[in-house]
Amino acid sequence: MTLFLEQVLNGLQFGTMLFLMAAGLTLVFGVMGLINLAHGSLYMVGAFAAAAAAAATGNFLLAIVAALAAAALAGAIVEIVVLRRLYRRDHLDQVLATFALILIFSEGVRWIFGSFPLYLDVPRALAGAVHVGPLSYPLYRLAIIVVGIAVAVGLWLLINRTRLGVQIRAGEADREMIAALGIDIARLYTVVFALGAALAGLAGALIGPIQSVQVGMGEPVLIMAFVVVVIGGIGSIRGALVGAILVGVTDTLGRFLLPIVLGGFMDQASAMSVGSALASMSIYILMAVILVWRPTGLMGAH
Amino acid sequence: MPKPILRINGLEKSFGALKATNGVTLDLYPGEIHALIGPNGAGKSTLIKQIVGEIRPDAGSIDFEGQPIDRLDAADRARIGLARTFQVSQIAPELSAVRNVMLAVEAREGRVFRFFRPVSRDLDLIAAAMAFLHDAGLGERAAIHAADLSHGERRQLEFAMALALKPKVFLMDEPMAGLSPDGSKRMTAFLSELRHTAPILLVEHDMEAVFALADRISVLVYGQVIATGTVADIRANPEVRTAYLGDEAA
Amino acid sequence: MSRETILNVAILAGLLAVALGAWASGEPFVVQLATRAAILGMAGVGLNLALGYGGLVSFGHAAFFGIGGYAAGILASAAQNYEPLMTWPVELPGTTSMPIIWLTAVIAAGLIALPIGALSLRTGGVHFIMITLAFAQMIYYFAISWPAYGGEDGLSIYVRNSLGTLDTMSPLTFFLIAFALLLLVLGLVLVATRSRFGLALAMARQNPLRLTSMGVRPFNVRLTAFVLSAMAVALAGALYADLNRFVSPTMLSWHLSGELIVFVILGGVGRPCGPLIGACIYVLLEQWLGGLTDYWQFPLGVILLLVVLFARGGVIGLVTGRNANA
Ligand SMILES: Nc1ncnc2c1ncn2[C@@H]1O[C@H](COP(=O)(O)OP(=O)(O)OP(=O)(O)O)[C@@H](O)[C@H]1O
Ligand SMILES: [Mg+2]
Repeated sequence: MTLFLEQVLNGLQFGTMLFLMAAGLTLVFGVMGLINLAHGSLYMVGAFAAAAAAAATGNFLLAIVAALAAAALAGAIVEIVVLRRLYRRDHLDQVLATFALILIFSEGVRWIFGSFPLYLDVPRALAGAVHVGPLSYPLYRLAIIVVGIAVAVGLWLLINRTRLGVQIRAGEADREMIAALGIDIARLYTVVFALGAALAGLAGALIGPIQSVQVGMGEPVLIMAFVVVVIGGIGSIRGALVGAILVGVTDTLGRFLLPIVLGGFMDQASAMSVGSALASMSIYILMAVILVWRPTGLMGAH
Repeated sequence: MPKPILRINGLEKSFGALKATNGVTLDLYPGEIHALIGPNGAGKSTLIKQIVGEIRPDAGSIDFEGQPIDRLDAADRARIGLARTFQVSQIAPELSAVRNVMLAVEAREGRVFRFFRPVSRDLDLIAAAMAFLHDAGLGERAAIHAADLSHGERRQLEFAMALALKPKVFLMDEPMAGLSPDGSKRMTAFLSELRHTAPILLVEHDMEAVFALADRISVLVYGQVIATGTVADIRANPEVRTAYLGDEAA
Repeated sequence: MSRETILNVAILAGLLAVALGAWASGEPFVVQLATRAAILGMAGVGLNLALGYGGLVSFGHAAFFGIGGYAAGILASAAQNYEPLMTWPVELPGTTSMPIIWLTAVIAAGLIALPIGALSLRTGGVHFIMITLAFAQMIYYFAISWPAYGGEDGLSIYVRNSLGTLDTMSPLTFFLIAFALLLLVLGLVLVATRSRFGLALAMARQNPLRLTSMGVRPFNVRLTAFVLSAMAVALAGALYADLNRFVSPTMLSWHLSGELIVFVILGGVGRPCGPLIGACIYVLLEQWLGGLTDYWQFPLGVILLLVVLFARGGVIGLVTGRNANA
């Protein structure tokens, strides 16, 4: 039972990571209508920036700041140099251009940092575990969940309580309207994109102490974030939150439970292998089911 | 009195708080042109879309040839004989005019999923399509890409496609829109002949054309039919005068 | 003949000439490259049916490429290890016969493309892109975690599969087999796009509302194109596995889906030979840049980016001076 609770918490932690990724994706799509495959690269940039800053200063907070800054900067540059030429193009061009960006980012990072994975240490203040009754859970992972919740609340406040939020909502509703309101669209887009990039960078930095930091780390997360966005409904931050938790928990619990359940009626070795194969497919099956039920996602328009 | 071929019963459709159609009841008899007029935003296009199945009504029913068709989707309704022309011409811009019509012919024949024979060698298909293009007055322009046709020619192409479906009913959403006075006159003559092929439910703003063509007129205002009758009835109807015709009839 | 037709004939003749010339001058490696270009080109031509002609931006066609590859790998390794393919409900042996492998690959991909397409086509636009990607990824992870067929390590095919009495291990013979199948696929795609179905597919892309009003469901037309396109890509995948005598989950990876799209766009969307030209250019670039630097994907990415931003209509568009879809 404690093992199960621990897995639920792991699922939540994974879900919050996915939320940080999916929020940026869905925001960029909602406001600019852009499909950005290179979002995973920004995650990677954040992770590498954090690893480099941590190695140089030994300070985890500085590492986080570096990750946010590097990813936001990379995002802003990419938006200004490349992506703003693509808003009016069809999705095919956007896919290809952002695919090219992935090649550039991945190879560029490999060039600078080499092919060996880097490691980030868990900051001393967050080392150790929290004990509640029989359950003990790593403090750092708990901290990630808290950060995720804080970001969700922050985004909600930003969108519902600030001028920028008004502009973002206007942009989602109608592009002509923001022009009519006298908003500088180009600047708004850059800011929104950099914001999404910073969230991805934050996710990359936070995951550093849990996984290794290496080239190509962004792609699996990117694809999962796509699943989250499809499930939640494109353009909906609330949908991204719900979808991320759903996907995170399904994936984690699937890996944990399926081999056990299958072990009930086949031998241990095949239960392990069949279970893990099915578990790796579980979130996609979840997506398929939700699609049949609601083609535009849980919180999608119409 | 023959039976109506198309009967619309208490159709309702709301967009949020707006009742775009609010209990519309109408019918269409074989051989007639039934014009539907009304101010902008009265719900005319919304009504047509519900008849063809593009949008689902909230309430009400539609009978075609005595059978309810409410459960059929748009493709099914097209196949049983409801042909539609759009308020804004809907064509494949990258295909030539004749190809657009050839597709309509093959769709009506139910032979779309044929993969091997090139259509350029399918002389029967081409001849059939050309005949409809000629009927619509566009025979000369068959080889032109639809994107390069003028506005009026696109309207004609729409009609060629609708004719090619050999429908039992035409549903036309403002066929005169954007035509020159001359074009409108030709379109009027064309429609006046067409009623012998199949009856027409005609949404139109051009009053001259409506009065020249219609056997019956229904007036739609704020999603409701406020009057139905012959041209003379409608001209004389005081409610219609105030609500819609205004100074035009005065 | 239009300039595009001349270009098409030239590229096919050129590919054949390169392979024959390289063989004559004793450069089997170049023959191998030409074979690779032909096979990848075939996959691109297949994808183009959905993407170019149908307007369906599938980011998951690697799934079908990989399914083709695994069909070849699984059948061949069963036969080479003298193990039955399955024992239940009927015992089926493996095979090393290329035609049977091709047929299996094509049918398997078609059967899997059907539900994937049916689900993905419930939506459109960006949804479609993300969902096709996700389903391909599902198959990718399945291949990685399912141990029976090599998991992450993949499957080796010890000896290339057989076609009649031909010596398929000879690079030139294998090239000619691939080239002949490329011509076949190209011909079939060309015929299909010019058929009645091709008209409906064009309308489904350009004006689905009109297609519906003619009594034809765009969904059915699109699904058909999606499935046919998957089948063509699977045939290429089976050959690709035979070329490398190896199949692994990389054939299913999203990276490959991206590359297939790149072939189509590099050459020119909605052009029969476009993807072949794109694949040839891609293979050349890979070879050339790979010789210049270890980090060759960086300049490749820059080139792709420039093509998207500035050379719309792809290479054929540049040569013929107009967009296919203009
Ligand atoms: N999809 C929709 N969502 C919300 N409102 C809609 C939608 N379609 C139409 N409306 C509204 O419903 C009302 C009726 O529209 P409709 O297009 O049917 O009018 P119409 O009589 O055809 O007008 P016109 O003569 O200008 O073509 C209008 O107020 C319109 O804004
Ligand atoms: Mg209207």
